[in-house]
Amino acid sequence: MNGIPITHILFVSTALFFIGMYGLFTRRNLISLLMSVELILNSVNINFVAFNKYLYPGKMDGVFFTIFIITVAAAEAAVGIAIVINLYRSHQSIDVEDAATMKY
Amino acid sequence: MTGSQIIFYVLSAAILGLAVLSVTTRKIFRAAIWLLFTLVGIAGLYFWMDVAFIAAVQIIVYVGGIVVLIIFSIFLTQQSGQEMPAPPLLRKVAAVLAAVSGLTLSALLLNRHSFTPADADFDAGPERIGMQMLETGAGGFALPFEAVSILLLAAMIGCIVIAMKTKPAAI
Repeated sequence: MNGIPITHILFVSTALFFIGMYGLFTRRNLISLLMSVELILNSVNINFVAFNKYLYPGKMDGVFFTIFIITVAAAEAAVGIAIVINLYRSHQSIDVEDAATMKY
Repeated sequence: MTGSQIIFYVLSAAILGLAVLSVTTRKIFRAAIWLLFTLVGIAGLYFWMDVAFIAAVQIIVYVGGIVVLIIFSIFLTQQSGQEMPAPPLLRKVAAVLAAVSGLTLSALLLNRHSFTPADADFDAGPERIGMQMLETGAGGFALPFEAVSILLLAAMIGCIVIAMKTKPAAI
């Protein structure tokens, strides 16, 4: 099995997930938030592929989940960026603190 | 330590280091470039795990599509050379605390659980993936494939509608 226990791969993906969470907590720029979400989705993909390869090598479900997650992530990024560009057009800013028109 | 292990640890260190740079740098264009190299590193990890098809999809969709889209939107919406304001110290400390405690909890759980790897060969060649993707019987993924294609179409039309320029008279 390549000489690496599965827990090491899972630890890398967990660390990547929490790095993405840190970015989500500290950033206040919509495009940076989108980048952090991409990091989180990628860590989930690593988990799916690792579980499939190490624990259920006869099946391919994890690989298919990864493919579908990548597709949904592409759709999510496209919609998110369209919203960001529209927001910039109406508010001249992409900071989350400035997008408070619907807050109250 | 074999060559395969060394490659894994080097790749993991590169992925985590570049990801940390990507979420901490204050220039947004640099953040996008660090993100690009992180995604390339993750594709390398997929190559290391023998899933070459997923690695290729990762490079095509993430590196070639999403990051380029993000860079375009950075150029469209703000001065890319400008530094973003640093987050307040309290927020930074709270975020580090939350992330580190979550990571510790998950790592402890991972350590307690013993996984028993199966001893079979793993074959995820493109041919096998394609056959099962379009299989309509048991274990096939034809229905999710169609559903996700409709989702992608709806998302693309939605993007065009959202980002379309409205005429000044309509406002």
